[in-house]
Amino acid sequence: MEHYNMNLTLKVWRQKSRNDEGAFETYEVKDISSEMSFLEMFDVLNERLIAEGKDPIAFDHDCREGICGMCSMYINGRPHGPWTANTTCQLHMRAYKDGDTITVEPWRAKAFPVVKDLVVDRTSFDRIVQAGGYISVNTGNAQDANNILIPKDEADLSFANAACIGCGACVAACKNSSAMLFLSAKVSHLALLPQGGPERKSRAINMVAQMDKEGFGACTNTGACEAVCPKEISITNIARLNYEYQRAGYTAETE
Amino acid sequence: MLDAKIPAGGPLDQKWTWYKGHCNLVNPANKRKLEVIVIGTGLAGASAAASLGELGYKVKAFCFQDSPRRAHSIAAQGGINAAKNYQNDGDSVFRLFYDTIKGGDYRAREGNVHRLAEVSGNIIDQCVAQGVPFAREYGGLLSNRSFGGTQVQRTFYAAGQTGQQLLIGAYQSLERQIALGNVKMYSRHEMLEIVMIDGKARGIIARDLVTGKLERHFGHAVLLCSGGYGNVFYLSTNAMGSNVTAAWKAHKRGAYFANPCFTQIHPTCIPVSGDHQSKLTLMSESLRNDGRIWVPKKKDDTRKPADIPEDERDYYLERRYPAFGNLVPRDVASRAAKERCDAGYGVGTSKQAVYLDFAAAIQRYGEIEVGKHGLANVSPEEIIKLGKAVVKEKYGNLFDMYEKITGENPYETPMRIYPAIHYTMGGLWVDYELMTTVPGLYCLGEANFSDHGANRLGASALMQGLADGYFVIPYTIGNYLSKDIATRSIPTDHPAFQQAEKEVADRINQLMNIKGSKTVESFHKRLGKIMWDKCGMARNAKGLQEAITEIQQLKKEFWSDVRIPGAIEEMNPELDKANRVADFLELGELMCIDALNRNESCGGHFREESQTEDGEAKRDDQNFQYVAAWEFKGDHQWEMHKEDLIFEVAKPTQRSYK
Repeated sequence: MEHYNMNLTLKVWRQKSRNDEGAFETYEVKDISSEMSFLEMFDVLNERLIAEGKDPIAFDHDCREGICGMCSMYINGRPHGPWTANTTCQLHMRAYKDGDTITVEPWRAKAFPVVKDLVVDRTSFDRIVQAGGYISVNTGNAQDANNILIPKDEADLSFANAACIGCGACVAACKNSSAMLFLSAKVSHLALLPQGGPERKSRAINMVAQMDKEGFGACTNTGACEAVCPKEISITNIARLNYEYQRAGYTAETE
Repeated sequence: MLDAKIPAGGPLDQKWTWYKGHCNLVNPANKRKLEVIVIGTGLAGASAAASLGELGYKVKAFCFQDSPRRAHSIAAQGGINAAKNYQNDGDSVFRLFYDTIKGGDYRAREGNVHRLAEVSGNIIDQCVAQGVPFAREYGGLLSNRSFGGTQVQRTFYAAGQTGQQLLIGAYQSLERQIALGNVKMYSRHEMLEIVMIDGKARGIIARDLVTGKLERHFGHAVLLCSGGYGNVFYLSTNAMGSNVTAAWKAHKRGAYFANPCFTQIHPTCIPVSGDHQSKLTLMSESLRNDGRIWVPKKKDDTRKPADIPEDERDYYLERRYPAFGNLVPRDVASRAAKERCDAGYGVGTSKQAVYLDFAAAIQRYGEIEVGKHGLANVSPEEIIKLGKAVVKEKYGNLFDMYEKITGENPYETPMRIYPAIHYTMGGLWVDYELMTTVPGLYCLGEANFSDHGANRLGASALMQGLADGYFVIPYTIGNYLSKDIATRSIPTDHPAFQQAEKEVADRINQLMNIKGSKTVESFHKRLGKIMWDKCGMARNAKGLQEAITEIQQLKKEFWSDVRIPGAIEEMNPELDKANRVADFLELGELMCIDALNRNESCGGHFREESQTEDGEAKRDDQNFQYVAAWEFKGDHQWEMHKEDLIFEVAKPTQRSYK
């Protein structure tokens, strides 16, 4: 792979705190290597800002290998940037060429308030999980693992949905800021396993109720979420969620 | 001499059963009055917090990330070991115990390791019950693979994302306890001090990383589950935020730090591409099952790999270790790569890389496919195409990951790899009950030292984290807290809390007021370079002595010339980082002191002075069959305490892979 260096113009959203108004600021960055990762380009810029006595840009990141789900930049109008099945931390600068202008914003959603600059508060996702995204089994209660037979296809499908990293790109991409892809991945992961059976109804109803309470929007099936999902979670999960929800609603025991 | 408090009752394989039958219990009404603080929400922390919440304790859990689900356990790829013997291939609790002791080069404690092997099967049961989607066979049963050169198939896995799936299982259990009100979660919080009252750990000072404010939290006991310290090397496969701070604060309050120099270097990582490099990415060990590792026979060979003919390639692992070849353990493979690169045979622009080549595997799999499908008159290109499809099926996600980072296609050209820091076997010294030398202060998972000796086997880190959290601490903590049921919650206006908070605040103020000229990152990079060059894959007395002086100097410079922008009472990632790097600077010195003291080679610790004639590691059981536990005695001062390692069952032998 041939390496090259480039000069770029960055337009980055700066916002001091949750209640601050915020605005774009423009930065010129020079001699960026095509071998750098996108976040390493931000590291370079931040080192320079600190040297100049300015406030560096706050952004979330941790594992930098696409699995922890912490990084969250909205790059040129697309969560996690131009590559498919990719997170921001995996994006590398060879995706750009000399002279490009790149606009970087935080996730925008009512349920993801900005904390600072590009950092947002995604604890609403944790609260959705608290509403039922688990199987109620205390430590020590389990039977031998091989007593539960699960057909390979179903286990694989469950796994594909459990691969969600909870980054929130689906919400950021959605014009309604809907969390349906995230929620449906969790409901599907558990509904497809026999262990998830006993709580299937309450899980679907309670998690959807919590999603609404957090201020996420409704789903209108545009498919933007699926297109940007770094783990390629399928939109068919939303259909499954709708099925699970209606099934639970129509057959729920009345008290 | 340190007392590990291994239960006296019965032979090794009865000790844990005996302990569980004889330890003190806390009745449910009393559990509700007992508060436990858990630092870190990786596999050890999340499983401990969830399990203790289920038991009825009042738990407070802390993590520095925005959600407990992000802890770095999530990045573990390969798998988790368990002695289930589902494959009928001769596995047993004893074999897992023995492999772990031997793999650790006889520097781990028998009692703890045997218990680990005993509970390993329960972990798999528990995880499956939680809905962890492990890989399965067509009959619906769990699938296993062999991993890290073991002779049995005992590794359970979920594609290349085992850590993620296990952590999400623990995270979901934790969230359930949060919803039930048994656990209170504090995300974006960092523990910055342990509060000691009457010689016991009674709480913490934490900083809210959003507001920058300091908080006081009381606990009858404190559990550190804060992971390893590989980031002392700056470049490692750890997450950017992984740090030693919680463990280090505990160390400075009296918890001994054991075997700090025991670090694991993973042989197959993507090499450094330039000065901008912020972290390194691991390529799963499983690749060595099919890839062949080589360098050119000619020094400074700049030809493309495809242009180097077969007889001009040096498959150095196959040459040096004919019996194990490319599958030698991690420490051996790492040192061999370093040896070739240091001698001038490295590849790529940096010359700090070797090739991991799949061409032979593609050819071999292609030929197998031809045979399987009974094809005739197949062109060489067709064979390669068939072979590539098989390789894609096995390693597709890893190949994609490699291509994303390097821009090179590993189906066409060999991967370039180089060893990188991956895991730390050292950590806070704990006894059989996982208690540190500070009463009421426990340490679980990678943060403690107990189970992996001088080298950890593949797929054993996940096992240990979950064993400690799900199946050990729920018993051992009761033995301590049962004597504490009369202790009421101590109000956080107690002078010890005030004093501890003041010390933290003073330290932060001091850091912010340096207003020097160099960034935190620049100090971290310099520390990492010293550590990697002189306390990395190979160590010698001269280099270690130099490193100690250099680190002391660097620490002075840090405390007089670091520049931290922004303010204290706001979100300030540079300040967070400064707090962590300040602790790494002190840890780095202790690691070098420990490495200097241990004048033997064992596991991941290679002292150049202690090697055989053909350059292999030479252990010295006569003089070093002990755990070195260091007590902090003041700036740059430590006192070593020994715990002699006694091997009653697994008798030490020399490892050989020739």
